[in-house]
Amino acid sequence: MSHGVQIILPAVLRELADGAGELVVPIDGEAALLRTILDTAFVTRPLIGGRIRDETGGLRRHVNVFVDGQDVRRRGGLDLMVRSGAVIHILPSIAGG
Amino acid sequence: MTQTLVAIGTRKGLWLARSNDRNTWSLDGPHFLMREVPSIGIDTRREKPRLLVGVRSEHWGPTIMRSDDLGQSWDETPEGAIHFPDDTGAAVERVWQITPDVHDDDVVWASTEPQALWRSADRGETFSLLRGLWDHPHRPEWGAGFGGAAIHTILPDPTDPAEMLVAMSTGGVYRTVDRGDSWSASNKGIKAPYQPDPWPEFGQCVHKVARDSARPARLYAQNHHGVYRSDDNGGTWTSIADGLPTDFGFTVVAHPTRGDTLWLIPVTADSERVPPAGQLQVQRSSDAGASWVTCSAGLPAPSYTCVLRDAAAADTNEPAGIYFGTRNGEVYASGDEGESFARIAEQLPDVLCVRAAVIG
Repeated sequence: MSHGVQIILPAVLRELADGAGELVVPIDGEAALLRTILDTAFVTRPLIGGRIRDETGGLRRHVNVFVDGQDVRRRGGLDLMVRSGAVIHILPSIAGG
Repeated sequence: MTQTLVAIGTRKGLWLARSNDRNTWSLDGPHFLMREVPSIGIDTRREKPRLLVGVRSEHWGPTIMRSDDLGQSWDETPEGAIHFPDDTGAAVERVWQITPDVHDDDVVWASTEPQALWRSADRGETFSLLRGLWDHPHRPEWGAGFGGAAIHTILPDPTDPAEMLVAMSTGGVYRTVDRGDSWSASNKGIKAPYQPDPWPEFGQCVHKVARDSARPARLYAQNHHGVYRSDDNGGTWTSIADGLPTDFGFTVVAHPTRGDTLWLIPVTADSERVPPAGQLQVQRSSDAGASWVTCSAGLPAPSYTCVLRDAAAADTNEPAGIYFGTRNGEVYASGDEGESFARIAEQLPDVLCVRAAVIG
């Protein structure tokens, strides 16, 4: 049985994914680290990866990632274990003027 | 027919003003709406000019975009043009400066926040960190002015490719004579009135430095209080503030082809960041700062705006054009070296960066 997660991209990043709003990312086993999932998802789309995380690998300050509706910053951040079948939303935070 | 291009970077996008006669302007934009544009390089060294633009999203971070068709289309290096090596543990916050080299047509320099200098050997498609400055022992003591911990000035030396000067707030002026392998603080004579020792080796809040076009060892610096000139490539600095209405301001622009001519845009004081006596104005010197002329024809009063350090530029026409943008989103142009100004854009977001070039 294959394992994977779904990533929902915000509209503003979809042009960098050839218009795709959703990505299905395979994972090894029943769960994987969020950072590994993001690495895999964007290895062939480095511009999207660079929009979400800076070159240190950290999440950009005003980018929010939700796993099954929960903000990952409150659940271990990029070290969160994400189960197969999860839905990951990437969203801009409310910021700016 | 030649065209004058004025690129206007703002808090929320890029606009491009064009004119065939510098009287009538067309305004194209916004490009990169809702993204900040703090740096622009117009590379005119080849037949087909290239625009290089530092773009930054509050959400999605910084990048460098480029256009080889004057803004009709934009490209971005797939892996990103500029990012710190893994071992530094640093991330680019903002690209502050993009400067084509004066010796090698393939080389472009960039500088960033945090304070770092970068070199591209492929016309701005990829940049490499200059370790000599990044590893400087002073770096942990460099401060962050209100604008951020950034290198804001890059001045290659047209007489020697091994020499270059950079400046930052608050860190001051640094100079290399060995292609960037080593750097020395170069602030002798620049006062730091906000420090217990007002004459430190480094730590000055230099706002902008410009190089004289006819005598490259001559430099002009607008400091956080203080206007200075160096005649020895930054070795020593002397005040040229006498005759100015104020010694505070952010920008300084040297005439692109004629020596001893420069423009400043004065700000009343650190504590009053508005034009002197409410008159938006440019101060021009034609004798390397020995005397100053107030240029305000066509500029508004009362005015309570401000002009930031990179928000002014000159073109290479004869006579030279001088352009600047304000924090309240207006852009002014002079086709007669400051004798008179006309507003060429209004109701833009606050202007961060202005660059001008003659195209075609």
